[in-house]
Amino acid sequence: MPSERLTKRIIACLDVDAGRVVKGVQFLELRDAGDPGELARAHAAAGADEIVLLDITATAEGRKTLIETVHRTAREIFVPFAVGGGIRTLADAAQVFEAGADKISINSAAVAHPGLIAEIAERFGSQAVVVAIDARRGRRPAEAAEVYVAGGREATGRNAIAWAHEVEERGAGEILLTSMDRDGTGAGFDCELTAAIAATVSIPVIASGGAGTPQHFLEVFTRGRADAALAASIFHFGTHALAGLKQTLVEAGIPMRWPC
Amino acid sequence: MIAIVDYGAGNISSVKKALDHLGAGAEVTTDPVTIAAAEKLLVPGVGHFSRCQALNTQLRKAVLESIANGRPFLGICVGMQWLFEGSSEAPETEGAGLFPGKVSRFPAGVKSPHVGWNQIDIGAGSRLLRGIPDCAFVYYTHSYRAPVIGETVASSEYGGVFSAAIERDNVFGVQFHPEKSGTIGLKILENFCAL
Repeated sequence: MPSERLTKRIIACLDVDAGRVVKGVQFLELRDAGDPGELARAHAAAGADEIVLLDITATAEGRKTLIETVHRTAREIFVPFAVGGGIRTLADAAQVFEAGADKISINSAAVAHPGLIAEIAERFGSQAVVVAIDARRGRRPAEAAEVYVAGGREATGRNAIAWAHEVEERGAGEILLTSMDRDGTGAGFDCELTAAIAATVSIPVIASGGAGTPQHFLEVFTRGRADAALAASIFHFGTHALAGLKQTLVEAGIPMRWPC
Repeated sequence: MIAIVDYGAGNISSVKKALDHLGAGAEVTTDPVTIAAAEKLLVPGVGHFSRCQALNTQLRKAVLESIANGRPFLGICVGMQWLFEGSSEAPETEGAGLFPGKVSRFPAGVKSPHVGWNQIDIGAGSRLLRGIPDCAFVYYTHSYRAPVIGETVASSEYGGVFSAAIERDNVFGVQFHPEKSGTIGLKILENFCAL
C-alpha cells in the first residue's frame, strides 16, 4: 500500500570522543566548534530530521562524560535523538534514556547477547531500539555480506541478512545498516545491500556509509529502498548543503520534510 | 501548573524538557492529589497500550474528574489512544471512552511501525493547532492508529487516513510527538499551555 507522504529522513551523525565532536565540525564558525549540544542544535535548525550521537570513547571516565554530554545535548534539541556506542547492558541503556535520548543504538552487545534487544524493547518499547549492523561483502553479492563488531575490527561469521531478520524478530524498531566497504569513501551508499536488507525486514532501514553527493541519497532512497540515510560527512559541506540536499531530493520526487 | 502524568509509559523526560523550554511550569507526577490540583493535565506515552492499565487502576478517577471539571487535557500518542474506547493492541485494557471508536493496527503489507515525519491535514477551527500551517510535518512513531471521527481536527495518511489530532471542548489528543516535532511541535505545546 502506498505511503508516499511519509518522508525519507536525513540523519546527522555526531561522532563524540570524551564529550567533544571529533569530526564533521568544519563548517560551523562556532565559538566552541566541538560542542555536541551546539552542533546538534545547528543541525536540527538546518533541517536534519534526526540526530545521532555516536560515542567512540572506550574509557570509563569517558563513559561518565557521555552521560553528561547526552543530558546537555538532549536539552538543546526537539527532534528525535539517538545515542549509540558502548551500550552493553539494560542498565547502560536506562542511563542513556534517563539522560534524554529517545532511542539507543546497540551493535556489538546485541551480537554478543541477542537477548538484550528484547530486554530493552520490553522496557522502553521497540521504537526506542535501533540495532546497528556493520556489514562487509567485498566483491561478493549482497546476500553474502557478513556482520562485523568491535568498530569493524572483528568478523562474526554471521550473515547480515539473517541477522537483520533476527533482530527484527527480537524486537528492534529500526536497523542502522553501515556498509564498511563504503564507509568513509564518499563513493555512494551500498544500494544493493540496503535493498536486500530492506526486502527482508518490515522495520525501517537507515542506510549509512559512503555518502558523498545528493545523487547518492537519491539512489539509496530509490534503488536502495532505504527509509532514512545517515551521514556525518555531508555536514562538512555546510548548513546550506543540507538545504541544497533536501531541495534536490524534493525536486527528484522524494518525499522530504522540506521546508521545515 | 501542568501535571505530566507518569504511569510508566516512558518518554516523560522529552515532554518535560519541551515544556521547560517553553517556560511552562510542569511537574511529573504519579500522585492523584497533585493531578486533582493541576490546572492542566498532559498524558504522554509511547509503547504498548497495555501500559494504560496502570493509568486505569491508579489514576483514572483523578484524571477523569479533572477533565469533567473542564481542565485542559492533552494526550500524546498512547495518551491520545487511551481517550478512545480501547485498542486491539491490548483488548483487555479499557480506554477512557471519551471519544468513539477503537484503535487498531496498520493493515498488513504496510511497513510498521510508522516512524518518521509525515504531514497533517488540518481542519478549520482547532484551538490546539492554531497558527500551524496546513500540511505541516510532524514526527510519528507508532504501530496502532485511531480512526477519523467527528472530533478529528487533523489527519495523516499512512496505509489509509487516521486521526492525527482530536479535540472536543477541553480534551485534546495528538498521535504524533509534538515534543519531537521541531518548532511546529513546540508551537502546538505552546498553544496547549496558553489555553
